Amino acid sequence: MSQSYNRGLVEDFGRWTEFSAGMWAWIFHKFTGWVLVGYLFTHIAVLSTATVGPETYTATIQGLESLFIVRVLEVGLLAVAVFHILNGTRLLLIDLGIGLDSQDTSFYASLVLTGVIAVASVPTFLAGVF
Amino acid sequence: MSEHYSSFDRAGTLWLLQRITAAFLIVVLAFHFFLLHFVSHASEITFAQSQWRMQDLGYYSLMVLFLITATFHGVNGVYNAIVNQGLTGTPLRAVKWLLVAASALLIVQGIRTANAMAGIPLY
Repeated sequence: MSQSYNRGLVEDFGRWTEFSAGMWAWIFHKFTGWVLVGYLFTHIAVLSTATVGPETYTATIQGLESLFIVRVLEVGLLAVAVFHILNGTRLLLIDLGIGLDSQDTSFYASLVLTGVIAVASVPTFLAGVF
Repeated sequence: MSEHYSSFDRAGTLWLLQRITAAFLIVVLAFHFFLLHFVSHASEITFAQSQWRMQDLGYYSLMVLFLITATFHGVNGVYNAIVNQGLTGTPLRAVKWLLVAASALLIVQGIRTANAMAGIPLY
């Protein structure tokens, strides 16, 4: 039989010192989701230079990629995407009833793995910018 | 008023679609990142390379499906977040239709871009 309980207002971020791992997972998933959907609109806007002409497209992409700040933001984007993918996979498995007893552990594992992948990708993302 | 005989709960359908698109996006987003940052490098991308990829029907179809599922998943996520914040009534309906319009524009613009890359004259 299903049970419900009062989780309190998670949206009240003033309570952050009381937040458990599950609440942090919820907040990080929302935050990374907002970043990714914002990036999706930006990404299509940049790629739309292809409708102007091949030279404009190539010059735009290569011009952006020559900027150090863009490379750093790309590492950030990778970290955001990796966390959203790993935590999302965790959520899908929990929806299927898998890993219900190890939700905190799997959330911490998602965070650590995200950090490792982001750090390991830095050389690839910064190659050729200097 | 006519009866609604479908057993589908609309809220339930959106919930299920959010999870189905999630499962698809986990694989395709990882593939997209890996292909364009680790196999190829973003800094070396030219129009000719994008054209070469996009002229493959399988790749073009995957990217269009990627665009549609990512737009749905992202915008539906934003809508859910706004509902969680407690917005209701007319303001919520206004936001919903704004998000629907933004999604439609994004998908149309994304397909125009894919067509321009693939050399399809519909853009």
